[in-house]
Amino acid sequence: MPSNDSSALSADHFVADLDETPVKAVDAIDESEKPRSSWNDAWDAMKRRPTFWIAAFLIVVVIVVALFPGLFTSVSPTAADLPRSNEGPSAGHLLGFTFQGTDVFARIVWGTRASLTVGLIATIIVTVVGIVIGSLAGFYGGWLDAVVSRIGDIFFAIPTVLGAIVLMSILPTRTPLTVALVLSVFAWPQIARVMRGSVLSARAADYVTASAALGVSRFRILVRHVVPNAITPVIVVATVSLGTFIVAEATLSFLGIGLPPSTMSWGNDINAARNSLRVAPMPLFWPAAALSVTVLSFLLMGDVVRDALDPKARARR
Amino acid sequence: MTDTSTRPETAGTASSSTPLLEIKGLKIGFKTQAGYVDAVRGVDLTIRQGESLAIVGESGSGKSTTATSIIDLLPGTGEVTGGQILFEGKDLTKVSASEMQAIRGRDIGYVPQDPMSNLNPVWSIGFQVEEAIRANGVATGKQAVRQRAVDVLKEAGLNDAGDRLKQFPHQFSGGMRQRVLIGIGLSSRPKLLIADEPTSALDVTVQRRILDHLETLTRDYGTSVLFITHDLGLAAERAEKLVVMYKGRVVESGPSQEILANPQHPYTQRLVAAAPSLASQRIQSSIAPTHSHGLAISDEGADDAELIARARQREEAGKKDSEYISVTNLSKVYKIRQGGFKTTDLRAVDDVSFSIPRGTTMALVGESGSGKSTVAKLVLQLESITSGTVSVDGQSVGALKGRDLFDFRRRVQPVFQDPYGSLDPMYSVGNTIAEPLVTHGIGDRSSRQARVRELLDQVSLPASTVNRYPNELSGGQRQRIAVARALALKPDVIVLDEAVSALDVLVQGQILDLLTDLQTELGLTYLFITHDLAVVRLIADNVSVMQKGRVVEAGTTDDIFANPAQQYTRELLEAIPGANFEFGR
Repeated sequence: MPSNDSSALSADHFVADLDETPVKAVDAIDESEKPRSSWNDAWDAMKRRPTFWIAAFLIVVVIVVALFPGLFTSVSPTAADLPRSNEGPSAGHLLGFTFQGTDVFARIVWGTRASLTVGLIATIIVTVVGIVIGSLAGFYGGWLDAVVSRIGDIFFAIPTVLGAIVLMSILPTRTPLTVALVLSVFAWPQIARVMRGSVLSARAADYVTASAALGVSRFRILVRHVVPNAITPVIVVATVSLGTFIVAEATLSFLGIGLPPSTMSWGNDINAARNSLRVAPMPLFWPAAALSVTVLSFLLMGDVVRDALDPKARARR
Repeated sequence: MTDTSTRPETAGTASSSTPLLEIKGLKIGFKTQAGYVDAVRGVDLTIRQGESLAIVGESGSGKSTTATSIIDLLPGTGEVTGGQILFEGKDLTKVSASEMQAIRGRDIGYVPQDPMSNLNPVWSIGFQVEEAIRANGVATGKQAVRQRAVDVLKEAGLNDAGDRLKQFPHQFSGGMRQRVLIGIGLSSRPKLLIADEPTSALDVTVQRRILDHLETLTRDYGTSVLFITHDLGLAAERAEKLVVMYKGRVVESGPSQEILANPQHPYTQRLVAAAPSLASQRIQSSIAPTHSHGLAISDEGADDAELIARARQREEAGKKDSEYISVTNLSKVYKIRQGGFKTTDLRAVDDVSFSIPRGTTMALVGESGSGKSTVAKLVLQLESITSGTVSVDGQSVGALKGRDLFDFRRRVQPVFQDPYGSLDPMYSVGNTIAEPLVTHGIGDRSSRQARVRELLDQVSLPASTVNRYPNELSGGQRQRIAVARALALKPDVIVLDEAVSALDVLVQGQILDLLTDLQTELGLTYLFITHDLAVVRLIADNVSVMQKGRVVEAGTTDDIFANPAQQYTRELLEAIPGANFEFGR
């Protein structure tokens, strides 16, 4: 609908009704909106997804079980009732008995702590070491980068489990801490690589140049600007690797060179149940299921976190 | 150039009364987690056979969304939620995917915006051209397809087309790639060609050649063209009809000349007023200069000796001021590794000299690769000087180290091109602006907060912006934050490296006004790096034109624009879109 003063205009000169197309001030800030950082945005994106709540619930349950196993079972995990060896479920013994006649459920509950401790400690060590080494190598480059990257490659070339078998077999003590340390020795290069690549792209940003032009020192730029902007992929990898460390601990324990048999852990239980697998598969199945669910919840969490922190993935939804 | 009479009458199947493309009440929404967001809210437009039409608008106006909906290539979750797109009478919103596939490419060609990312780097140019030819059924049989591909590249203006077929995209310049894409777009002689910002990613002189080329081809083939552009000058120069879009609606449409000469809608009026053209003059500050260096001759009681002494002082001060920034025989050589241990020298900056008087703006103009940004980095001391000197206020900056360099940083500050990259996304606006104050240990917490608010006010942003994060702000607002950060240390010099190039024209005008006001208010000296001569006219007092690392021409802005001495400068000037157009103001 042409406006009134269009009489002087040619026939196909269209002017929109002003009331329908009000012109706003150029580039004004909408002050009514609540300020939000990209972390706020990520949180908003995460909390809308059911997967996040499922994974978070499972993780919280696992952590609580690890901290207070006594809350979940009153049965002693070490009380062996040999006549009931490999017996099925009965009242008060939800998942039945092991070959040794101990309660399967109680052992799973009490074994959570060792498995989770190994996963958490290894993840923390690997993340801290990986971030420090990766960011120094990526940011300063040059010979430091060359040396660190080659050392990382050497560790990368050794399969984690194989290397851990060798190291564990020469260690005098085997506790959750030593297992975690051994796993960390071979796993840090992955995080370091991710961090290095991420730092390489972050350090080329204009805000880094702008800070340099302000006279901010190189190290301060690295710590205050580059690392916070480069850290998101590491968070994702770390969440996922927590699950893989728990698996690695179970693998080592299963092979008999992880935690000593006296320590209750899912890997040890799976190993112990192996001998009578054909007559009684359930004592092996239940700790394996606990392991799978725990690892799956961390993998799911990693997935959700990645989607939330990567705006492109978010846009696709 | 836009004269319809020069176009040959095309013996069209459609009679001249049915339009080739008619869009009626088109509505497009994007599905998000929060529901539908309307991008296009009722658009009508008509293109007849052989006609060219340009949709003009700022980013977010819905112009590209409208264009891509025609060939069903809406990005992501976009969906046509209402209206019709009639192409030769057929409603394209209703056709099946396979019918659309047949129309796309064969009847409607498309030239995308970015020639750098729209050719697949792992396939040869020939393969990609042949793929398009085969897909559109223009030719069949190996030989015929190959021959047609050669023809397409020849038409695209690539002379040694036969050899070129085997080459890969990285061996082509941006301009050549865009020629190839235009060639692909036109290979099946479509009735309509959609050109989505076809030259925005290219240098101005290349831009002009590509557009001339596109115009010749489409005129020869009688192809209708739908341009999508943010540049009103370009639109008016290349299209007979304009459609101005604003926030998903058409606010004005009609013949280009008439709209430019007599804009009716307030938004169009704003756009026309902001369009930089050769007719523009330097922006005058709305603020009167606060201090004048004048000395009244008739000062009573001033005897001769005193007058002479004062005059000498003034002269010296004047000399110091007229060469406030002085660049002499500046060179920068980069070593490029050639494979193995061999390196070759790249002279990015070659024997450059210029000086900038205090409180004025000098524009350093040139195309990409001319070395202008390297000069900025050298002046800022972010790169080391290979030879020559840069001095600011009589102090040579090349030899500065440690504490002296740190102090120098307070006096010279940059503002960069990319408003999305120059602010740390993890820092709130307040922390970003306070960073220079913290770094230089100025004031305590509360005085810094006060200064941040003062700076926000200086760049015309509300104080509540302090708690916001860059991802919530538009490009123009971010650029204001970057200016505020640069001003925090009360510098004397600001180096603006393409500081307004990435902004919409209205926002660009706003930032240029802001910079001019700040210059008058604070007595700032600007080194303004840009590829856009139209902007130079609006802000600069002096211009130096750079080509291949050397300054080829220098002078006052008025001189350069009135009498360009070098062929290169003339080319740059002629390349400004809409330069010869009558703008109604």
